[in-house]
Amino acid sequence: MTASPPPQRSQATGSRAVTHRAEVILLPALAGLFFLGAWQAAVSWSGTDVFPGPLAVFRGLRELAQKGLLVGYVRDSLFRVGAGYALALAVGIPLGAFLGWNAAAAVAANPVIQLLRPISPLAWIPVAIVLFGVGNAATIFLIFLASLFPVLVATMNGVRNISATHLAAGRNFGLSAIALFLRVIFPGALPNVLTGLRIALGVAWLVVVAAEMIAVNSGLGYLVIDARNAGKRYDLVVAAMLLIGVIGLLLNVLMLRVERLRALRWGFRTE
Amino acid sequence: MKAAPAPAPGRVKVEIRGLAMTFGGDGRDVRVLEDIDLDVGDGELVCVLGPSGCGKSTLLNIVGGFLAPTAGAVRIDGEEVRGPDPRRIFVFQERGVFPWLTVEGNIGFGLSKLPPGQRAERIAHYVRLVGLTGFERAYPQELSGGMKQRVEVARALAVNPDVLYLDEPFGALDSITRLVMRAELLRIWEAEKKTILFVTHDIEESVQLADRVVVLSARPGRVQRIVTIDLPHPRDLSSRRYLELRDSIFEEIGLAHKI
Repeated sequence: MTASPPPQRSQATGSRAVTHRAEVILLPALAGLFFLGAWQAAVSWSGTDVFPGPLAVFRGLRELAQKGLLVGYVRDSLFRVGAGYALALAVGIPLGAFLGWNAAAAVAANPVIQLLRPISPLAWIPVAIVLFGVGNAATIFLIFLASLFPVLVATMNGVRNISATHLAAGRNFGLSAIALFLRVIFPGALPNVLTGLRIALGVAWLVVVAAEMIAVNSGLGYLVIDARNAGKRYDLVVAAMLLIGVIGLLLNVLMLRVERLRALRWGFRTE
Repeated sequence: MKAAPAPAPGRVKVEIRGLAMTFGGDGRDVRVLEDIDLDVGDGELVCVLGPSGCGKSTLLNIVGGFLAPTAGAVRIDGEEVRGPDPRRIFVFQERGVFPWLTVEGNIGFGLSKLPPGQRAERIAHYVRLVGLTGFERAYPQELSGGMKQRVEVARALAVNPDVLYLDEPFGALDSITRLVMRAELLRIWEAEKKTILFVTHDIEESVQLADRVVVLSARPGRVQRIVTIDLPHPRDLSSRRYLELRDSIFEEIGLAHKI
């Protein structure tokens, strides 16, 4: 009965791997179709004339694209995120590295950081408008604030948690302070920093939508609020929401790719 | 009465005089080392043996320049040790390997000042010496504990230091790998003629490797006895003399060699 289990087993695992691969694509596709169907059914059965079904949303997206608004709004939102995020990296990484390395400075700065960190970036909207007026600068400032703290804290922890053994080894080989930073501290902290960068980009994308509802008159957040205010165009509201979701998802996938790329190259398999 | 420091054979390389170390501060000082006098000869392999917590690792860290002693001094070639120095490399348990560098990158870590061709040659030589041919591009995560330990040893040897400090280097390895690594270390030591200061809590290990075994007492650690292992390499681990020496150290530490 158990004459040749190994070939049977390998066949079994082989076919299971194939179904598995198919499942990965098929099941989410089915779930997506089911979701769209349920959405359409709910809209038709409830007889609402305010909330759009998937088809109406698709037509709304097409309308936006034809008017030439779609590309412009996406570009504006991405530009603001890019600028605020870049500023946050430029400030957060050096400052985090300094605070992670210098224990006294960290003790001094920590209460301020811990106090500012839990304040929602949205609470800063009035302050941003006072400081920068209504416009791009205010939104960029808000995104800067929102992504600064994840980057700062991750870099701080990354540098602080560098293995003492690695530092000792670096010193033993006669590295200067700069060489020690470049060749031991930076690579040692990188996995932590990359995770912080991914979280920060996610937060930045959340915040740009909210900021655009108030401080500017372009971008996807503006589209959501404008479509509602100017004629209750809920098809456009939902279209904008879906776009925001898709772009957010793509940004996260991109960052995960970067993280894994580094992870693979530098051998950090876990975490 | 204090025994005079046992003379090291040949020229003295490392000279430890009146060394004491006290940790603490907030009123609860812990004396870790007291009155350590020791000479290590040029090219000698000395094992520092003691129960855990006796301060043997602290002693090695002071000699390596990572800690400043409370009293006394360490001189190497007559020059006082004031910090870590690339002429003397500390080999940690395999934790010291940089996970973000390949085997090649780790072994070449201390060679950045060499021209690329010479650097590559030196790396290739030490990859061969520690038996890692074929793993040059592998990352530490892909290696076993023993292989990582070889990378550390190769990285240390590659900068051509006079002295190697090994802090329980094989402590994290399984017993078979540990035996293999001891043989490898002796082979490398004979090929490269380095002075080696080796800290361990393993009595058998010390008798297998050392020219002399320095037995430290429990905390505060003092030199309790220095045993010269007058056996040529390769050592027969069942010879009468080996067993005599081993048992005398077991007794010295206060252990009956029975379970």
